Order: sequence, then structure tokens, then C-alpha cells
Amino acid sequence: MMASRNLGAAIAACGLMIVLPGFLSPFWLTQIAIQSLCLGMVAASLSFLMRYSGQLSLAQTSVAGVASYALAYLGPNDVNLGPGWSMVAAVPAAFVISILYSGAVGTLAARTRGVNCLMITLAIGMSVFYLARQNYSIFGGFRGISIGHPQLLGLAFNDGIPFYYLCLAIVIVSCVLVAYLEETPLGLALRAVGSSPERTEADGYSVGVLKVVAAMLAGALASCGGILLLWYHARISPGAIGVSSIIGTLIVAVLGGIQRPINAFLGAFLYVLLDNYAIDLAGSERFQTLVGSIFLAVVVLSPNGVAGLLVWPRDGTKALARVKHCRCAARKERIGGPSSIGQ
Amino acid sequence: MRKYNYKLLVGSLVALGVSGASAEDRKPIKVGVVATLSGAFAALGQEAMRGVEQAMAEANGSVSGHPIVLTKASSDATPDSAVSAVRKLVESDGVDLVVGPLSGDEGIAVKEYAKSHPNVTFVNGTSAAQDTTLRNPASNFFRFSGDGAQWMAGLGRYAFTEKGYRRVAVVAEDYSFPYTQVFGFMTEFCALGGHVVSKSWVPIGQKDYSSVVASLPRDIDALFVGLSGADAVNFLTQMQQGGIEKPMIAGTFTADQTILGAKGRFKKYFIGTPSASPVADGLDSKGWDDYAATYKAKFPDGLGSPSLAAYTYYLNTHALLDGLSRVDGDLADGHVKLNAVLAKLNFDAPTGGDVHLDANRQAITDNFVTEVYERSPGLLVNHVVRRIKGVNQTLGMEPAKFIAMGPASRDNPSCP
Repeated sequence: MMASRNLGAAIAACGLMIVLPGFLSPFWLTQIAIQSLCLGMVAASLSFLMRYSGQLSLAQTSVAGVASYALAYLGPNDVNLGPGWSMVAAVPAAFVISILYSGAVGTLAARTRGVNCLMITLAIGMSVFYLARQNYSIFGGFRGISIGHPQLLGLAFNDGIPFYYLCLAIVIVSCVLVAYLEETPLGLALRAVGSSPERTEADGYSVGVLKVVAAMLAGALASCGGILLLWYHARISPGAIGVSSIIGTLIVAVLGGIQRPINAFLGAFLYVLLDNYAIDLAGSERFQTLVGSIFLAVVVLSPNGVAGLLVWPRDGTKALARVKHCRCAARKERIGGPSSIGQ
Repeated sequence: MRKYNYKLLVGSLVALGVSGASAEDRKPIKVGVVATLSGAFAALGQEAMRGVEQAMAEANGSVSGHPIVLTKASSDATPDSAVSAVRKLVESDGVDLVVGPLSGDEGIAVKEYAKSHPNVTFVNGTSAAQDTTLRNPASNFFRFSGDGAQWMAGLGRYAFTEKGYRRVAVVAEDYSFPYTQVFGFMTEFCALGGHVVSKSWVPIGQKDYSSVVASLPRDIDALFVGLSGADAVNFLTQMQQGGIEKPMIAGTFTADQTILGAKGRFKKYFIGTPSASPVADGLDSKGWDDYAATYKAKFPDGLGSPSLAAYTYYLNTHALLDGLSRVDGDLADGHVKLNAVLAKLNFDAPTGGDVHLDANRQAITDNFVTEVYERSPGLLVNHVVRRIKGVNQTLGMEPAKFIAMGPASRDNPSCP
């Protein structure tokens, strides 16, 4: 019942996204829709890790950044850096490099959880940021690497409807693969790691290895996002992997609902909307306050983010029932408590 | 936002009523402004908006009967955010004209965007990268303010001839604006026979400068410091603790009131420091006094004196409105009349001296060499020692020769 309802919703969402360009102005298509898809990919990798290895990793932005930098450096660019490979060779190479990088980060962070994992991944992310900003021979320093208009077979593809469909196709394929993974033995094992690493370890699984696998799979999602973002902006600069972008990715994931990777796209949509239109609603002096208040409101009202709000009538009543149940249980305990000590 | 437009509309209607113009139903002209209202340069972004508002107020919010509708957008000093903000202004809000951006690399990105939107006219904000107009300029991007190298004009010569410095070490932040400033300083200084024996590029926001201080060569005559804000205060304090007492040459944002007004022993060290800038607190000119007085009256919560960000946004907006009124607000045929008028515009800046554009639509304007002096105990002010008239982007050199020097970078130019 649940599964079929989800499937129906997913097919409806896909259909809507496919016909969307027919209704959107070029601005909405490029700035809002495409950007939401790209940022959503990166944030989805963060939620993915949360779900499948129980780790809150802040290194996902830098994984996307490594993919962007690798492609910008290896492929055609405007600043005479790197070997200048064709796109056909550079894209897979960039993909492999960033997945290996993601695996390395995953290995370093494999033994950590909670705040420790957050700190270690943030530190790695910031190291990459500082490296990129100060290294000129590979990363292009402060100004980064500009790639001009990326072309494939002589066609510029980073604009308008073709690029939208490219992003959408990658997003849909990724979502389907993640949904498929959920049903496989590997996915089940990863889910187990995500919810209780100790019990999974006790069941004979190698939790460390599974965490690295999860990091590499999440790295694949982030790399897709990074490569799309490079094409979208036609440049990569250290600002894209700095601390505000790292926090931005976290906000997108939390806004959407960090329980499921697919929610990140909803979060990205709200984030991009606010980024563009908050200043029109609240004026140049106060727009940051408005943005902050909306983020706070979403997080307070719905711990499951925007996705939680959408299913609130269903889950909300359950949650309320749970709260009532807990209160009753607590009261019973309180009543029973002192007497049991007395005995 | 809406409130502001409303005010402008009311202002322009009142103005129309007073002047008795007959064109009350003329089409509004939409102007978009982009500045760094978030991120590290947020304070500068606020100043930028003040500059625009001051220029708008001077025009009473309308040009030849066309009310001007202002839309603001925010970036965070990264090129991506600037393009995002400008794209929103142009493609979603449908503005006819754009003012901005503030930071150097933003300017280069916006210039590239301008090329794909020939029917929109762009004027610069504060952004001072060379390549915004020097290499591959956009035909619809106009800059009525100088670049980072122009802002250094006169300083190299002054340090060499008046101060007698021959060997200088450079400490500056590691990004494009300081590269351009050092480029401007060295172009003059090296040509006269001076030597820049070492350059230390430090990341923005660095706290510990002990290794930089320790590695400074001892056989130098002076130190060129191109740091801004807290970085400058931290470096100068640690340099004094490190026992280095060499005189200083300051970049445009280093001898700024944000630092001169700070407290600390390093202030004594500032006295007598030469610097260069398109504005100066100690400038003795009626135009500047009037401009600064209007700024203070209009923005009681602003700075003590208008900053470079406020001034450059003011100057560029002023030029844009001036151009608009000369074409009677006519934006037909892809702004063809406006663009032609802007390219030939010639007006007096508040600092005195005229502003006009070169073939790449880059300002040729005056620059000042200043020296810090103590006006009253504890109050440090930049005192103008020289006015360099009509500084162009190639600093008086042959354009081809200047471009052949290559873009400003960590290692270019070099004269050890």
C-alpha cells in the first residue's frame, strides 16, 4: 500500500518535472529549476550518508568541488591549465577522482560518528578549500578555473531546456538507483549500519568497509552534482567549496528532510527560491532575517523538513499520538516510581 | 523594497509637479543594483547601497519624467553569486539597467554575462579588477571608477623620489585585488629602478603572522602593506612585536578610516605612511565637502565619511542617471542612444577633476597620493600630497606594451 502510493507519487513527480519546461520562463528554468536540481544532488549525498552510514558528513560539498575542479582542470578550460582532454575523457576521469577522494574521506571518518564525524569532515572540507584558494598550478587560486561555454559535439549544452533535461535525467536515474539499492542486500546492510552500527557489527558485518562503500556511493551523487554545477556556472572557484557553501548544503538537506536523499530536492527548491526572492519580500536590510526565520520555522515545525510538512496530516497525527503515548507512559512511571523505590 | 519604490514614485511625482513637466505618464525605467549584502563584505555592500540612494536622491528619483524604479539584489563576493543576482535582476525583474558589482572577480563574471545580454546596460559598482575592461571588454559594460592599479597611480614614484626608498618588501592578501594594487605600485616603482625584494601573500582572515614577520628581509627600506580590515591590524601589531620598525607604504584599503580609526600602538607607526586612493578624507575641495555633507545628512547611521564603496557606487549611478537624462530616457533599439552618450560622457567628480571613458569604456580619472598625519591627538587622517591628473588604465603606458606585461598575479610583475 505504502510502496504503491510512493511509486505513484514518484511517477507523478517525474511526469510533472518532464513537462515543466513548457510552463516556465527561461529565468525560472535556469536559475530556479536547474539550480535546485544541481544543489539537490549535492545535498542528497549528505542525506544518503546520514541514512546509510549514520554519519553527518560536511565533506560532501568538497567532494562535489573536487569533481568540478578535476573536470575543469583535465577538460577544456579558459585559463590554459591542465592537459585539455576532451569532455568524453575528462568527465569519467573527474568522476573517478572525486569518488576516490570521497572514499578517502570516508576511510578517515569511518571510525567516527556524531560530532566527531562532523568535525573531521568539516576539517577536511576546509583544508580542500584553503588548498584550492592558495594553489595556482592546479586549482587556479582565488579566481578558480573558468571553462567558457562547455561544448559537446560542437553544441553548447549548459543552457536552457537541453541542460534542464540532462540534469533531470541524471537526477531521476540517481533516485531510481538509490531506491533500488534500498531493496538489495547491500542496501539493507547499509541501512543497518545507519540505524545501529554496534548491532550490525555484532551480526558479523564489517561496519568500517560498509561505511567506506556508503561514502563512495554518496560520493557518486555529489560528483554528479559537482559536474553539473561546473557546467551551470561555467566556472569553479574556491567560494563554491568554502564554509558558507558547506553550511548551505547542510541547510538544503535539513530543510528538505534529512531522512531521505530525495527530499533534498525539495529543500534545494525552497533554498533557491529564498535566495532569489527573499530580498524582494523583506528589503535589502532585513532579508537575511526573513531567510533565517523561515529556516527556523521549518526545522521547528517539522523535524522532517519540507517533506515532513507535505505528509504532515498523515505522519503528524501519528507523531501527536506518539507524544501522547509517551506522556502517558511517563506519568505512569512517575506515579509508579516512588512506591517501587519504597518497596 | 516596495516602500522604497513608493517613496521614489512620490518623490518623482512631486518633482514633476514642481517642474510642471508634462510627461507624468512616462514609462518607468527599471534599475537593478547588486552589491555584497551578505558575506565578509556586507558592510561595504551597505555603503554601496547608500551611494546609489544618494545619487538617486539627487535626481529626485526620476529622469526626464521617467520614474526610476530601483530593485536591489545581494551577492556574497563570489562570482557565482554575482551572476546569480544579476541574472535574477535582468531575467526575472526585467530591469533595463544594472549597477554593480562590488568585488573584483564578480566584475569579471558580470562583464561576461553582459556580453550575452546586449540589450541591458551595465555600469560598474566598486569592482576594480583590471580585466573587467582591459581584456575582452563587453560593449555594454561601463566603468566610471578606476581599477586597483589606477588607484595606486603616483605612489611608486612618490615612494622612490620623495621618500627615497629603493628596496621594498610586499605583504598583501592573496587574491586578485591586492595583486592588481601591487601591480600598479610596482609598475611605477620598478620602472624608476626600485626593487621589490620579496612578496608575501597571506590568506584573507589570517590571524598569526609570526612566520611572515620572521621571514621579512632585514635589508629593506620600506614595507608595502596591502591588507585590509582586521588583517592589517593583526599584522601591524605582530610586526611591531617582532621588532620590525621599517616605514610602511599602504594599499588603498590599508590606510582606510576603518584601520586608522582603530585603537592600538600600531597607530603611531602609521604617521607619515604614504598611500594612494581615488578619495581622501583630507581632500580640500568644495565638491567633496558638499558630497560628504549630503552623505552624512542623508545617512546619520552611516560612516563618519563616505567610504570608497559608497563613492564608487555613487559615481557610477550618477553617471548613468546623467546619461539617461541626456537621452531623455530613450532606451529604444537596445539602448543605442544611451550607450553612445555614456561612452562620451564627461563630468566633474566630487573630488574635483573630470571623469571620462577610454575606448574600452574604462574611466580616466584623477588619483591622489596621500600621507597619514595626526590632525589632533589620536585622530589620523589622510592628507593629500599629490593629485595625479587623468590616470588611464594603462598608467600612461602604450596600451600594447602595457597589455604585454601580462595580467597581474602573484609573480607578475617582478623586479627583485
